[in-house]
Order: sequence, then C-alpha cells, then structure tokens
Amino acid sequence: MSTSSTLTKGGRQEPGADKPLPVLHVTNIAKSFGGAKALAGISFTVMPGEVHGLLGKNGSGKSTLVKILAGFHAPDPGGTLSFNGKHVHLPLKPGDFRRLGMSFVHQNLGLAPSLTVLENLRFAHLTSNERTFINWRDERRQTSEALARFGLTLDPGERVDRLSPVERALLAIVRAFEEIRAECAATGRPGLVLLDEPTPFLPREGVEKLFALIRSIAATGSSVIFISHDIEEVMTITDRITVLRDGAVAGELETAKATHDQVVEQIVGRSLAQRAVLVHTPAEERTTFARIEKLAGTILRPTSFAIGKGEILGLTGLIGSGYEEVPYLLFGARPSRSGTLSLSEGPAVELRAMSPSRAITFDFALLPGDRQNASGVDSLSVVDNMLLPDISRFFRGGLLRRGAMLREAHGLGTRYEVRPNDPSMKLSSLSGGNAQKVLIARWMNRKPKLLLLDEPTQGVDVSTRVKIYAALRAAASAGMSIACASSDTEQLAEICDRVLVFARGQICREITGIELTKDGIAEACYASIDLAGALSITIQPRSRVDK
Amino acid sequence: MTEVTEKMPASQPEIFRLGRVFERIALLAVWLALIAVYGAAMPQSFLTWGNFAIIFASYAPAAMLALAIIVPLTAGDYDLSVGATLTLCSAIIGVLNVWMHLPILLVLAIVVVTGVLVGLVNSLFILFFRIPSLVVTLGTTSVMTGLAQWITNSSTIGGIDDRLVMAVVGGRLFGVPYAFYYALGAAIVMWYVFDFTPLGRRLLFVGRGREVARLNGISVDRVRLGALVTSGVLSALAGILYAGVLGSADPYSGLNFLLPAFAAAFLGATTILPGRFNPWGVIVAVYFLATGITGLTMLGIPLWVTNVFNGGALILAVTISQLTRSREAIDIG
Repeated sequence: MSTSSTLTKGGRQEPGADKPLPVLHVTNIAKSFGGAKALAGISFTVMPGEVHGLLGKNGSGKSTLVKILAGFHAPDPGGTLSFNGKHVHLPLKPGDFRRLGMSFVHQNLGLAPSLTVLENLRFAHLTSNERTFINWRDERRQTSEALARFGLTLDPGERVDRLSPVERALLAIVRAFEEIRAECAATGRPGLVLLDEPTPFLPREGVEKLFALIRSIAATGSSVIFISHDIEEVMTITDRITVLRDGAVAGELETAKATHDQVVEQIVGRSLAQRAVLVHTPAEERTTFARIEKLAGTILRPTSFAIGKGEILGLTGLIGSGYEEVPYLLFGARPSRSGTLSLSEGPAVELRAMSPSRAITFDFALLPGDRQNASGVDSLSVVDNMLLPDISRFFRGGLLRRGAMLREAHGLGTRYEVRPNDPSMKLSSLSGGNAQKVLIARWMNRKPKLLLLDEPTQGVDVSTRVKIYAALRAAASAGMSIACASSDTEQLAEICDRVLVFARGQICREITGIELTKDGIAEACYASIDLAGALSITIQPRSRVDK
Repeated sequence: MTEVTEKMPASQPEIFRLGRVFERIALLAVWLALIAVYGAAMPQSFLTWGNFAIIFASYAPAAMLALAIIVPLTAGDYDLSVGATLTLCSAIIGVLNVWMHLPILLVLAIVVVTGVLVGLVNSLFILFFRIPSLVVTLGTTSVMTGLAQWITNSSTIGGIDDRLVMAVVGGRLFGVPYAFYYALGAAIVMWYVFDFTPLGRRLLFVGRGREVARLNGISVDRVRLGALVTSGVLSALAGILYAGVLGSADPYSGLNFLLPAFAAAFLGATTILPGRFNPWGVIVAVYFLATGITGLTMLGIPLWVTNVFNGGALILAVTISQLTRSREAIDIG
C-alpha cells in the first residue's frame, strides 16, 4: 500500500504491474435538479501522474461533476469518493478540496487583474490568519522559485492585467499547483489539479506552453484533469479520456489507442458512418436580406456571409470560436475591427461605425445572452422593460400614457404567454423563462427586419423554450430575418434553416438540408477543429498589452 | 442540465399591499408625529404659523439642492458638488451685484450659466475621462469652495439688491414665503419629467442598467450629461434662493446644506415611491429633517445635535426601509 503510493517520476505505470493507488476514485456520483437528472451515476478513476481528459457536449454533466468536486453541489446519496485511497465523506464542503490536495482552475482563472503576479500567486499565504508579518523579500523569493520551477519568466511585481492571456493562464495553473504542493509534500501523496476549459481563448502557441506546464506537473507525480471541448487538444495532452454523455459515462479511452473519430462518436453518441436520414425541408429560394463582408471582431477574423429574408440562420461552434460575437458586432454593441453590411433594400453600412441606436434605425434588434445585465432591468417593471425602445410612441399631448402602455404590455403578455401577466410587476419577480418572454416580446413587437439573438433560451425551462421557438418561426415566416448564436445544437436543429459553424474565428462549415440535425451540428463543431487545423491558420499572438 | 426554476408569484395578499401603502406614507406619518410631539412640548412657540413659515422658507434652498441631487442620482451618478455650486453662485451674486453694481437680472443670468458650466466641467471628467463621479465632484467641490472664498475675500457680502430679497422672502402665499414655492415648482416640473415623459424613463434605465439602455438605443452619455447639467443649474437656483433668503452672500455656510440635502435625497427614496429617488419624497424628507432640527434647536439642545440628527435620520431611515423590504439595495452603487 504505502510503497505503491509513493510519487513516481513520469507516473505512467504499465497497467497490471504493482497497480498504484488511484489519486481520485469516484463511483456512482449522481445529481438531479428538481426532476431533471444532470448526472446519472458516474464512476471514474484518475491515476497518479496521469493527465486525464474529460470530454462531453454542453449539458453532458461535466460542469455538474466539477461543482460536486468543488463542494458547490451536494451529490445525491449513494455515491462514493476516495482520494489517494482514503474514503472521503460526501458531500464535500466548499473549500474542502484544498485540504484533500485538489485544486481548480476555472475558465475565468480567478485572478485579480489589478494586483501583481506575486500577490496573486501567494494570495493564500498573504491573507492567511496565521501570519502576523509579511516578509516581502521572502515572498518575492518564493514567487520566483515557484515560477522558475516551471520555467516561467514572469516579473513577480508585474500587474496581472499587463500579462498576455497565455501568461495569465499559466500563472493561474502554477498557483493551483502551488496551493496543493505543501499538502503533497507533507503527506507524500500526489495531488490533483483540475483545469476546466483553460484554453478556448488562447492562441495556438499559448496552448503549447500550457501543455508543457501540464506535463511538468504530471512529471512531479501529481495528476491533472483536463476539461476541454477541443478534441485535438485532449488527444495531444491526455493519457486517458473519459467521455460523458447525457449525464453518464459514455466511454473510457486510452488516448494513445483512440482515434479522433472514435472520440467524436462517443461524444455525439452515434457512429459517424451511419448518418441519420432526416428529411429537412430543402432551403427554398430566398431573396437576400443582407450581405456581410469581411466582418472581424476580437476573435472573429474577416468573415463573409449572407442572411436571407425570412431565414433563421444559426451561428455556432465551440466556445471561443468567434460565433458568439456576430450578433453584437452586427448590432454595433461591440466594436468591429472591419466589415460592411449591405442591405439588399437599402444602404451599405460600415460596421466599424455601427452603434445600437443606428442599428435600431435600420430595424435591427438584439437580444443579448446576459439577461440580467444587458437585456432587461430586474428592478423595473415589466411594462417599462417591454416598451423601452418605443416609449416615445406613448407620449401624447405632453403626457406619457400609462394606461395605454399597460394595455399594450398586457396584450403582448397574453400573446407571448407571460405568466403571471401583470405588467406592473417587477421583472425580477418573474421566472427566468417568463422574463425572457417579456424581452423577446419587446423586440418582436417592433417587427424588426433583422433579429439578432445570443443564446435565447439559456436558463429557460423546456415548455417556454417550445413557445419561444414557435414565436421565432412564426416571425420568420412573416418575413423577419433572424440570426441566432447558440451552443445548443438541439435548438439550432429545431429552428434554423441554415447553420454556420465557426472554428478559430472563421466559418468552417455551412450546414443545410438533411445534415441539419442535432447530432450533425455537434459533429461539425467537433470536426471543425480538424478543418481549421488543416487550413493551417496562423493566429496572431496577443502580445503584452502595454498600458 | 436544465435547471427548471418556475417561481410562481401568487397575487399579493391583502396585508402585503397594506404594508406597501404604509411604507409609502410612513415618513409623512413620522413627520406629523414629530410635529405633534414638539407641539405638545412647546404649544406657544412651535405650533405657530410664523414658525412654520420660517421653516418652509429657510429650508427652500436645501429642498432645491436635494432636488438637484436626485437627477444625476437617478441616472447613476453622484453629484457632491451641488453644495459648493450653491456657495459659489451666491458669492457671485454678492460680488457682481453689490461690489460691481451689475443689474440683478444680468447677475442671475450669469449665475445660471455658471450652473451650466459646472455641470459641463463635471461631465467632461466623468464622461469623457471616465473618472468616477464621486471623485470628480468631490474635487470640484473643493475647487469651487476655494473660488468662492477668493472672489469674496472670505467675507460675507451684505446689501444684495432688494428686488431679489423681495422676490424670495418678501411676500407670502397662504402664509408661506415665496421661497418655498420655487422649490415646490421645481418639484412639480421634476415630477412631470420623471413620471410622465419618455425622458424620465430613459433617465431611469440609464441609472439602473447602463448596458440595457445602450442596447436599446439610448444615448447613455447624453442622458448623463443632461442630468449633470440639470443638477448644476438647479443648485445655481438654490444659490439664488439662498442669497435671497439671507439678503447677503456667505462664502462658508452653503456647504452645510450638503449633508441634509443628501440625507433628504436618500430618505425621500424610502417614501411616496419607495425604492426610487422621487421629488415628492424629497420635499417630505427635507421638511421632516427641517422640523426635527428646528424643534430640537427651540428646545435648547446644543448645535452639534443637528449633525447627529441629520446623519442618524439618514442611516436609520434607509436601514428600516431595507429591513422591511428585504430586497435589493437602493438603486445606486
């Protein structure tokens, strides 16, 4: 027992020969929210020194699993967790993971941008209650040592917001490892660092550096769980892969023996060879509503496409691929680097000069994904939220006609089935789904020519979803053009006439007709990385931002 | 992972709605109770029209100032410089009218323009250089206080044109000096704009959700600029009232209005239209504070109690409203 748990350099033992204790071993972890089962009994094992990939679509249960390990969610009774052979009582309390020797790097990295590298890296030590005095010289030395251990040359006094995105990610990972290093040294047992999608916003070269860091962590004998959507990355860095699908383990693969196609099959849930034959209504001949040329944003690189009149165009891809920027760029809500939009019945607009108020004069509408901060004001009433863009219509004879506003809002509430339909209530007193109906009604009521959506049904319950889909389809058949950015492939398959799949800031596929199914789109998203790789794209590294 | 969250907000029970009504008029009730208590204690001196006439007139500048504050507050910006604007404007009246013998109407026009300029300078730093409004207006407060002392040689200038004094406190309507009605007029105009015009809705959305407002085509910066200029002009008007009430220009005492005005702005947001800065709430709150302080002074309580009363009333009122509502903080962060 004790010999097998000693740290082994490299850590990749041959199976069978003196099997070491797993670092993390979970069995039968389940979680349901209300009636919905997010996890249906998951078991998996992470060995010492192993880089373990965790793959799965959105909603497959990855993030629920992470939250259970982090102590955010209590799993349903019946599951077990052992760490380095020691049985751990479930549910974990928040923060417990650190005591075990486990640490997390989430996608937002959890760094304080205005503080220095040193302050971020030594955060736990600097704020510890056991300290009475801070020896800055010592802190500096410790920081430099920790960074040097992984070959990083960062100035401990540099502010984190002056670092490049890659440097920030590296710093966050080093910090995560530093957090558990003392624990590991004390017990002589390996630790576990869990990386939850650290790569989507990093350029290619940055990912290489990150992989080098992951390998050196694994070389100390500790283990790494690597969560990503990017199959190529997972295949490059991991030793083994666990694929989740619909809340269950769909498969466990040895990375060295698995092929890209096998992994996609596990994720999507069907073999690539047998494509579902589904008769989708063929894309009818449409007149073009607008043509977009060379649109570029922060991630998006010059991209051209067209939207037909009365068409619902889906925009998708893996997270960080740039599709999510498109609605905001077209509406002028975020600055475009370049691009023109030419309306077939109207002028051509330079998108760099686009602004929301200008977009509204073109009869565009945008429903942002961030409902609470960008879409509606929770502390104000439903009627005010609903009629905000056309408030001037109700100003007659020097007075705002409150009665007319309430009547119109009530009518809209009935049409879009807002429950309860009381326009004088605050938006915050409605459920997420009903609040979204209010905000959709706001824009639908203006009969925009182009409706831009970002994740229109996130956090919205199933029955509301169905109603929103119906409303969108009805609007489209009445001639409204709709562009919908979404990571929900099921939704896209349900409502879209055509879907553009983005990868690394560009359109890599267009899906129409019989391929336009939930699985077809998911498959294209995962396959997209290969395609983008094949195009041998060079992504400009985001160099240090000065000032 | 579909998190099904279907809250079912049932229609509000009767008791709850009664609670709401009580909340709306609570401050008014407390004010009347206060008058009753003082009245019982000092029936001869406190409960007289003369006394109330003085309260209404002497706190009219404070009421105007509190009204000035709630415009940028609704748009999500602090304007601490209103007190200094009042001081500077009354100093300008003294200097130009008394020392330089400019006609009073021209002087008043210059003062209003000064208010506009103050708003523009604040806006320049807040909107163009993106410096927090609290910092900018704290700075301009100090700058203007200094300027007021400079131009007046740190002395009180007496002998302001009688016509101004007459227009402010020279006459009475229903026994109350004119000064009060200027503040009342401003409150009525503000009520109209806040509640009955699209501009009022825009102001509210800009304050509560900048991004929401922007994405709905509202020109957020223009609205904020308008609010800051409005508060500059209203505090200039408060300065005119102040000079009229005193009949002189005092370069020091104007700043004393700042805390009561802020107290009234926030206190006012707990009443009439709870949760929102509203002009009627402000009027009630200003005169509630004025009554409290006047009564205490008449009871012979030392001057320092005034500050304790103002500050205490503000914190207590906001706390009570927060406790009874147990919901989101007042709409400024």
